[in-house]
Amino acid sequence: MSVQDTIRQTVTDNPVVLFMKGSAQFPQCGFSARAVQILAACGREDFVTVDVLADPEIRQGIKDYSNWPTIPQLYVNGEFIGGSDIMFEMFQSGELQTLLGQPQQQ
Amino acid sequence: MSSTLELIRERLAALEPEHVALEDDSAAHAGHAGARDGGHYNLTIVSARFAGLNRVARHRLVYQTLGELMQTRIHALAIQALGPDEI
Repeated sequence: MSVQDTIRQTVTDNPVVLFMKGSAQFPQCGFSARAVQILAACGREDFVTVDVLADPEIRQGIKDYSNWPTIPQLYVNGEFIGGSDIMFEMFQSGELQTLLGQPQQQ
Repeated sequence: MSSTLELIRERLAALEPEHVALEDDSAAHAGHAGARDGGHYNLTIVSARFAGLNRVARHRLVYQTLGELMQTRIHALAIQALGPDEI
């Protein structure tokens, strides 16, 4: 399976996926840490994280997949939502809580 | 050689911004692994080009405008992209 197929499967098999540097417990980057905090503040505890530092192919592949040059990247129900700035703006406006509160659409 | 801040400003001029606030936050991140590759910057930009675009599209427009700087001199860029009637 190609890297792009692996990424597509990951984001479609799991309702909330965060591609980040490090783990939710031990983020390796301030922006990734902020993204984890925002998801936790939304009351969502079932999100999946993918540590891009563990796999150089995923690290580049996720940038190609979304046409987005930076990490972290949030996906909800298979759709790319944005990076940590967009997550924070959506959290402040309440949009992210609404998005994450919706049942998985399949 | 131009500073990275100057280069970023030059590229962003293509968006005909009404306002650009650009800070170099690199000092706050010195020593962490990614800081070797490039600096950390904080950008607030106001441009009519953002009107009618959603957040993802606005950020993509900024990234595309900055081109290879995102892979070279810029390690991290915090972006607030606003339309003229949003300030």
